[in-house]
Amino acid sequence: MTEPGKSETRWQRKDLLGIRELSAEEVTFILDTADAFKEVGTREIKKVPALRGKTLVNFFVEPSTRTRTSFEIAAIRLSADVINISATSSSLTKGETLKDTAKILEANHADIIVLRHGSSGAPQFLAERLRSSIINAGDGAHEHPTQALLDLYTIRERKGAVAGLHVVIIGDILFSRVARSNIFGLLKLGARVTLVGPSTLVPREFEKLGVTVSYDIDEVLPTADVVNLLRIQHERQRKEYFPGVGEYIRLFGLTKDRAKLLKPDCLIMHPGPINRGVEIDSELADGAQSVILDQVTNGLAIRMAVLYLCGGIATP
Amino acid sequence: MTNNQNARTSPAPATLPVMDGEAINRALRRIAHEIIERNPELASVILAGIPSRGVEIARRIAGIIESLGKSPIETGVIDVSMHRDDVGKRAELPRVRASWLPLPLENKTVIIVDDVFFTGRTARAAMDAISSFGRPARIQLAALIDRGHRELPIRVDYVGKNLPTAAGERVRLRLENVDGEPDAVWLIKEENA
Amino acid sequence: MNTVIRNGRIIDPANERDEVADLAIVDGRIANLPALRTPQSAIDEIDATGLIVCPGLIDLHVHLREPGFGWKETIESGARAAAAGGFTTIVCMPNTSPVADSPSTIAWIKDRAAEVACVNVLPTGTISKALMGEELAPLGSLAQAGVVAITDDGRCVQNNELMRRAVEYARMVGLPVFDHCQDYNLVGAGVVHEGYWSTLLGLPGWPSAGEEAIVMRNVLLAELCDHHIHCQHISAAGSVRILREAQARGVKISGEVCPHHIALTDDAIQNFDTNFKMNPPLRAKEDVAALLEGIADGTLAILASDHAPHAKFEKEVEFDAAPFGIVGLETELALFLDLLVHKNKTIDLPRLVEMFTVNPARLLQIDAGTLSPKRTADVTLIDPELEWTFEASASQSISRNTPFDGWKLKGRAVRTIVGGRTVWAL
Repeated sequence: MTEPGKSETRWQRKDLLGIRELSAEEVTFILDTADAFKEVGTREIKKVPALRGKTLVNFFVEPSTRTRTSFEIAAIRLSADVINISATSSSLTKGETLKDTAKILEANHADIIVLRHGSSGAPQFLAERLRSSIINAGDGAHEHPTQALLDLYTIRERKGAVAGLHVVIIGDILFSRVARSNIFGLLKLGARVTLVGPSTLVPREFEKLGVTVSYDIDEVLPTADVVNLLRIQHERQRKEYFPGVGEYIRLFGLTKDRAKLLKPDCLIMHPGPINRGVEIDSELADGAQSVILDQVTNGLAIRMAVLYLCGGIATP
Repeated sequence: MTNNQNARTSPAPATLPVMDGEAINRALRRIAHEIIERNPELASVILAGIPSRGVEIARRIAGIIESLGKSPIETGVIDVSMHRDDVGKRAELPRVRASWLPLPLENKTVIIVDDVFFTGRTARAAMDAISSFGRPARIQLAALIDRGHRELPIRVDYVGKNLPTAAGERVRLRLENVDGEPDAVWLIKEENA
Repeated sequence: MNTVIRNGRIIDPANERDEVADLAIVDGRIANLPALRTPQSAIDEIDATGLIVCPGLIDLHVHLREPGFGWKETIESGARAAAAGGFTTIVCMPNTSPVADSPSTIAWIKDRAAEVACVNVLPTGTISKALMGEELAPLGSLAQAGVVAITDDGRCVQNNELMRRAVEYARMVGLPVFDHCQDYNLVGAGVVHEGYWSTLLGLPGWPSAGEEAIVMRNVLLAELCDHHIHCQHISAAGSVRILREAQARGVKISGEVCPHHIALTDDAIQNFDTNFKMNPPLRAKEDVAALLEGIADGTLAILASDHAPHAKFEKEVEFDAAPFGIVGLETELALFLDLLVHKNKTIDLPRLVEMFTVNPARLLQIDAGTLSPKRTADVTLIDPELEWTFEASASQSISRNTPFDGWKLKGRAVRTIVGGRTVWAL
């Protein structure tokens, strides 16, 4: 927690496109704001009028249940009106361009558009063309800023601070927007980051971002303060990236035996959905070190904070 | 801003001292006495400060009440940011603080404590915020300064000092524990060009 | 009307000529000065003091989009853009609709060009039927219809056996083979150079090896078939090295460079602006350095634009969904002058002219690219010192998909003469 009156930072963004563009102060500002919104969740009436009269469109071109639901509950608790549009229910399937679809949304007075899209950069594309606030709910393999913020929040809540911690992210980094946003956020807040996974999914090129790349999980685990396990998929194009789930578990799965290498207070995180028995042993996912459900709860506070901040700014 | 008959020509903004630390202390003591007088059941009173200075003022009033030999009085924090009526109209947003009130509120008297009472919109937002925590028996309002210019049908129950101001004037308040400056209140007359 | 261009610096690399002199044009052909003294017609005098007078420039890599995609560009508008860029001859790629894989389509293009184009438009035909990379296109018929080369540009024949037979067959019918070098398996869904920025932005990477593998394949096939393969838009450092080694052994292989691949690097994509998306993609600083080295030592002896117009609505989409390519005819000469001659001092002016004239003319085996007497008077006048700003809105092209809008450049063509007639002047 920061001392009151200490920081002069004020929020000035209408869009949240990624973590990379934020300063460390802005990241902390969102986390602090989320503290206040987490408190709202403990009230008898869990709804505040902050975004009363605003319309939020959950525009999910790529399917997602968890993130969309989290944004929807957050928006409802802020008193915004919520509309959900999925890929199948949008005109995109009829060949309408993203720009045209978004212009229609704006013409319908959508104040806030929460966009999930398969193409990296799609939220920025909209932000450059619309007056509405654009919140990135995951774009391609680029960024998933609210996921990283809720991960940072959970770490800060459990560990007191992020700076100085050793955070290990394990799994499919190459195709992961969660990994990228986490890397940017963790480094901004002063953590040390190690990426672990098959060399095909964790190319050395990532070291240029300021992280360490390792292919030896057993060597890395003993010094970890946090391990964040990413979902492993062995579908379609991934067949060329690693031989199979069995070998993945052998080399990189967080099994019960491996978990013994962890410090007793090391946090285990997972953005979900979990492949039980693949990235992580099923019992560990529900164990004392797991903060997976905290992540979900904190996700609500983070998304309320982000919607409040970006949606609450006057738009030109 | 105003088209007053007097075309005054004073060039620099004038800063007039209104209260020093001693005067602030006297005003808070008076508020404390009034709270004691009007609330025979002090144990059911909660002082809910609005961040940041309202929280400090509430803490000080509670301290004064305790120093008068009364039992400790409960305090809380009520941040009004999420309940304001101008969301979407500001170019930048300040930090929101977590609210905290001793629960439950039923049968309690919650006294909102603010530094400067002005339009009444903050007090309205505070009342809204408080009601999301529960349904207190009554809500009252205390402010160190009442500078006038209400825009809502709200009045202050406990006033430290009435300070009539013109629209172009500002009240500057500093409290040692919040601002790192000695306690003081000034009236700043901003001369418009 | 006959013309005399006075007092310009005549650079004619084919004749190893570089001198300040007058150039005479009589009846649409380059003439000796005395030939001008025919009394029957007036003489148009052009003052070329301080200007370069050189053979009309040739761009052997242009997409004119007709037939089929007239909303992007037409033969007429593309030719106008070429003239404004100083080009008197352009070679158009066959990925039109219908695809230029039959003599009838070639005939249509030639007829259309004769009717509306203000510069010489030379068509190419495809290597494979419908650009599918599966069966040979009728290369002999295409040759007879008048194509100057065959290429599947925009696509790349993946089947090495088919490519081998195409090169062998092209040798028989006397056509050079152009190739867009891209290994589909290695490149996959890649849209930007695989490196720091693709890693950072999570955009699918297009590795340099995807180009180098095919350049190497082409070296082997050019050697096997003893016939010329020209590798289009070379972008990667490794490709330059492979070409250099092969050329040293006498293999008939060449490569071309596009201005964007030396003017820009992959960091330009960080705002997801699709005007920086082209194929092959913008690469790293080391690649630019290698391209400059290749130009300096002659490994890369031909310059081209890969002029690829797309409409705004087509480009104004998600980055990975946008079509590849940028327009280039009107910025090409200025960028190369600015970057190669002025800034990096990679080459001198005569070399630049050579790379734009005699080198492509020899590859295409066309009667162009020199100022020899009696040749068709295709002439370009260049002010190498002129400082100007490129405004996309003032472009002659129908499309405006350029990353160079607002760029301040030094040097440009000021007059373009085709067959003795000025088709464009500043």
